[in-house]
Amino acid sequence: MADPLLDVRGIDVFYGDFQALFGVSLRIETGEVVAVIGANGAGKSTLLRSIAGLMHPRRGEIRLAGASITHSPAFEVVRRGVALVPEGRRLFPSLTVEENLLIGAQLKRPGPWTLARVYDLFPALAARRRLPATALSGGQQQMAAIGRALMANPRLLLCDEISLGLAPIVVRDIYAQIPRIVAEGLSLVIVEQDIAQALKAAARAYCLQEGRVALHGATRELTRETISAAYFGV
Amino acid sequence: MTEWLNVVVQGVLTGGLYAMFAVGLSLIFGVMRLVNIAHGDLIVLAAYVSLMVTQALGVDPLTSLVLVVPIMALVGYALQRGLLNFTLGEDLLPPLLVTFGLSVIIQNGLLELFTADSRKLQAGAIEVLTAQLMPGVWVGYLPLVQFAVAILVIAALQVLFYKTALGRAFRATSDDQPVAQLMGLNTRHVFALAMALSLAVVAIAGVFLAVRSNFDPAIGPARLIFGFEAVIIGGLGNMWGTLAGGVILGVAQAIGAELDPGWQLLAGHIAFLVILALRPQGLFPKVSG
Repeated sequence: MADPLLDVRGIDVFYGDFQALFGVSLRIETGEVVAVIGANGAGKSTLLRSIAGLMHPRRGEIRLAGASITHSPAFEVVRRGVALVPEGRRLFPSLTVEENLLIGAQLKRPGPWTLARVYDLFPALAARRRLPATALSGGQQQMAAIGRALMANPRLLLCDEISLGLAPIVVRDIYAQIPRIVAEGLSLVIVEQDIAQALKAAARAYCLQEGRVALHGATRELTRETISAAYFGV
Repeated sequence: MTEWLNVVVQGVLTGGLYAMFAVGLSLIFGVMRLVNIAHGDLIVLAAYVSLMVTQALGVDPLTSLVLVVPIMALVGYALQRGLLNFTLGEDLLPPLLVTFGLSVIIQNGLLELFTADSRKLQAGAIEVLTAQLMPGVWVGYLPLVQFAVAILVIAALQVLFYKTALGRAFRATSDDQPVAQLMGLNTRHVFALAMALSLAVVAIAGVFLAVRSNFDPAIGPARLIFGFEAVIIGGLGNMWGTLAGGVILGVAQAIGAELDPGWQLLAGHIAFLVILALRPQGLFPKVSG
């Protein structure tokens, strides 16, 4: 059997003495959209940060297309095709919108995404390309953050809390573009506290609870009851 | 009247040199929040490197820049990768202490190698050539060239910072290190490139310093102070402001020296303190965005 695109095998991750993840495993195939849901503090962001190389597991292994990236630094991991859209957007405030996008492209990974394609995906950005990133609305900042990650032409895109602090209508607009993004052949991991949106977009879901995988399966087979049991641990 | 005009013009031209001391300093602080206490001693080190190059190859000091600039840039890269990167973190104190130690080491190393004798680089005929700006106001070619180079250096840094991929990387790393790494920037390498660039400017400043006046291993800390003062007068993060800061400092010193030769340094410090008291953010603080 071929290696999955991403294979997380039983990772334990710590912040100092505090253990945030306990033997978390997760597999993602090429072209798949997977949701990772869970309450605040369940370890979702820690999982993404570990995959992206900002943190390193003390035990366990992370493999990308069969090769270990467990201890690779973040700038190496993105070179190999994993891009993270960080929680809270985190655009570079002293760069213009276009410069933010170009930072994503400076690795020169070959692929479908160019400035023109990103502007086509999010036309609101094209009109504001010369503005400082701080001049954008929250929703536009989120589009720019996604565009910046896409410019790295990743095989795997990790999105942390896209909907955080955004109006529902803006969230719907952004999620409406996900099929177009996935159509380019990348895999997508969506981390959300707001589960309805994430479950609609994803084919499979993992639910984290206090640092452990409490539930996983195809989204259409998950019932409200099993999810809330896994979510709240009741 | 023309006498005072002369004084001001000389002060302005000296200010270009101070601005060159300062931009390297503010570049490093801007990119990685590192206050380089050894900056002045690195300027002096560059002067000695130029001295060795001129003696070994028999070239004039300005030509020696062809070698001194890349040598100092390499020193900067190695210094950052091999030492200063390990001091960077949440705390501003470790880099401060380490560069202070570095300052002591450079001074004493130079003292061992070159003794405490005053040296000067000889640039030949250009040192005595002058031009008449207007009746009664004469300026030397060398100060003019030095001022022009200062403007070129600042213009080049401005272009590099705001128009190139490297400048984008500097600004992004300065904004948010973890996200810069997520975007594929090896921040340790980016910091080392910034230090290399800073010391390339230091090389130019050091050679001009050594052509214009005597130098010995102990004069670094005073150059550091001039650099700091120029940065703070101009406003942090604004390179053209730094040039203005250098000019104000140079003019204040020149006026002080004209009143009484003993007042040269004092007048510069007083101008600095007055501006710090009236406009703590500097004259031209960086406009946001």
